[in-house]
Amino acid sequence: MARITASVYTSHVPAIGAAMDLGKTHEPYWQPVFAGYEFSRQWMKDNTPDVIVLVYNDHANAFSLELIPTFAIGTAAEYTPADEGWGPRPVPKVIGHPELASHIAQSVIQDDFDLTIVNKMDVDHGLTVPLSLMCGRAQAWPCPVIPLAVNVVLYPVPSGKRCWNLGRAIRKAVESYDAPLNVQVWGTGGMSHQLQGPRAGLINKAWDNRFLDRLIDEPATLAEVPHVEYVTEAGSEGIELVMWLIARGAMSDAPPRVRHRFYHVPASNTAVGHLILENT
Amino acid sequence: MALQKPYLGLPGTTIFDAEQARKGYWLNQFCMSLMKADNRARFKADERKCLDEWPMTEEQKQAVLARDLNRCIAAGGNIYFLAKIGATDGKSFQQMAGSMTGMSEDEYRQMMVCGGRDPRWGRS
Repeated sequence: MARITASVYTSHVPAIGAAMDLGKTHEPYWQPVFAGYEFSRQWMKDNTPDVIVLVYNDHANAFSLELIPTFAIGTAAEYTPADEGWGPRPVPKVIGHPELASHIAQSVIQDDFDLTIVNKMDVDHGLTVPLSLMCGRAQAWPCPVIPLAVNVVLYPVPSGKRCWNLGRAIRKAVESYDAPLNVQVWGTGGMSHQLQGPRAGLINKAWDNRFLDRLIDEPATLAEVPHVEYVTEAGSEGIELVMWLIARGAMSDAPPRVRHRFYHVPASNTAVGHLILENT
Repeated sequence: MALQKPYLGLPGTTIFDAEQARKGYWLNQFCMSLMKADNRARFKADERKCLDEWPMTEEQKQAVLARDLNRCIAAGGNIYFLAKIGATDGKSFQQMAGSMTGMSEDEYRQMMVCGGRDPRWGRS
């Protein structure tokens, strides 16, 4: 049977991808950000899974206002990096895992989560920047990836509780897959940031660190936090953090082993947060 | 019964909800067209002509021509869509976000390096 061994949480700031693509990672501005991922890259080499379920949001690239799925799972064989307006990132195409993705879709839909199934889409920085952070500059990504896109652009986004419960349904789905796969679930986006209006640039270190504490220790209670607290305390785009609850919900009920924790301000407009949790 | 919108009182913030999305539909869809290199080149060659191909309001067109992102957002734009205009102009997200704050590019960058905007900003 397949099993979920670990979860990874990270911001997916586009400027981080640009810093890597343009060779700026050793500049004083960026060095502290990438130093926070040195452990993670080694951990990734030592703990390469068979498949990653990567929870992220599309930023008006694959989905315009024509079609806005709340939860969308990619069941395609591969995905191309999107041209977000600056030209596509020079990173490898993403290889999917259609069999496990379809299995998860069937299982969680039967558990009352009405996922949209996507067989053709480009993937934007929300998905490729976490891979770059964890794997470095690669000729090919180390394993297949199942994209799970969450709408956090058009309000209302799914609640924290809905995300948490979807994570639990994904756990059940993976555990019923009849092949011995090692699966990781990644939750991406956040932490506090606001990209719009006169309040742009908001950062809330205290709230972010409390979020990290609670994600580790009391995720079910954290899942009760309403949207308005996210947008008030963590900025309008800080609401991306609900996606971390999907990855956390996919973990076992036993307390996780915290392998790595990192927090840094700023990367462009954003607070960078990062955790690696292993199932015990 | 009316929908609950507890986020309407947030200072300096416009939440992109169904009402904003309806208002900004064509503005945002125009922005999506800039994901293609050919359309970026056509827009740069004649901005007004390009905008006139879309059923946008005159206010939306003027806001785009002025690169006034606060006006674009008031007219229903969303930052992830509007970012395609910034990308066409060669601007970063930081330059775009900073342009809405009344600060200079350097002042905004410096604020971020020093830990960002205080989360209590504008709150009573």
